[in-house]
Amino acid sequence: MLSAHLINVDFIRIAGSKHRGRGPLVPPAPDPHQLFDDTSAGFQHAQGTPASGIDMGFNTLLADPMANVAVAYGSSIASQSKDIVHKEIHRFMSVNRLKYFFAVDTAYVTKKLALLLFPYAHQNWEVRYSRDTPLTPRQDINAPDLYIPSMAFITYILLAGIALGLQQRFSPEVLGMCASTAFVWVVIEVLALLLSLYLVTVQSDLTPFDLLAYSGYKYVGMILAVLGGLLFGSDGYYVALAWTSCALMYFLARSLRMKLHPSLVPDGMGHPRGGGRGQTYVTLGAAACQPLIVYWLTFHLVR
Amino acid sequence: AFTLYSLLQAALLFVNAIAVLHEERFLRNVGWGTDQGIGGFGEEPGIKAQLMNLIRSVRTVMRVPLIAVNSITIVLLFLFG
Repeated sequence: MLSAHLINVDFIRIAGSKHRGRGPLVPPAPDPHQLFDDTSAGFQHAQGTPASGIDMGFNTLLADPMANVAVAYGSSIASQSKDIVHKEIHRFMSVNRLKYFFAVDTAYVTKKLALLLFPYAHQNWEVRYSRDTPLTPRQDINAPDLYIPSMAFITYILLAGIALGLQQRFSPEVLGMCASTAFVWVVIEVLALLLSLYLVTVQSDLTPFDLLAYSGYKYVGMILAVLGGLLFGSDGYYVALAWTSCALMYFLARSLRMKLHPSLVPDGMGHPRGGGRGQTYVTLGAAACQPLIVYWLTFHLVR
Repeated sequence: AFTLYSLLQAALLFVNAIAVLHEERFLRNVGWGTDQGIGGFGEEPGIKAQLMNLIRSVRTVMRVPLIAVNSITIVLLFLFG
């Protein structure tokens, strides 16, 4: 369905239609598979190359026929190269899959942040599905997302800068080093998780992006620990560290267990698949690593 | 303090280490040869069998790309220190 829409729109666009220019991924009719609302109705799309956005009716106003030819040629070249770029990117990274992680809204973000800091009251940890695809974060609070981790990462870097500045230890290189260190630790953790999940032969639908999301949630804990250290000194840092570590461990253990052990659903079969013990070890190990990494990445900021 | 570059270096050294393990001379003696571990068609291969499979597949897949990446790294380190 969606591919038919795509081919339709591409064909119309390449033929130099008089439509208002639209991006290749926005179908003209509302589509149930669409992740984001189409807010571009009524005005031309802002992104994309400038040449392809020019309305073809404009050409009659240009006096020079050579300019007309040049504009038409340039717009067709631009649209072709844009298609090539999209195809290349699609080969490496599925953009639709990535879009799923950023389909959030304010209510989800607030509820998820509250859940990250106090997960003990939450009862139902399943990720709900609809026709084989997991629900977007907008509709399901248990779905992982990449918006909170990336925003928390940037906030953590800024907070680190503030903390170092308050101790007269700031310089711009330190900021870059802090950012790359934090990012590299998360990448290492994701790789370790992937390796251990492979070794334990668990069948789950955890993609690397899912694991990146779950590992990125610790940035929220780091922000709180650093804030506690800044506001209340060393004691505040340790209290905040202990609180967020426990909350993170509980959150991650419950979420991973629900994702790796669908047989624990009440209406499921009931017997664990082969490798059940290994799955438990992986979950507990991943949860136990969180406070270590949080401590390692923040203690040098709060002296 | 890490950078992405040091992560790449560490990964390259790690993959080199796995590629250097010789099948006949070393892994068989330790008991990690790939013809020793594979049992029947049981459900659960076990961690050791998975590891051996992983080592074997890494060695098979990464041999040629490793030659290229190592050469490039050597040249770059030569030029830029």
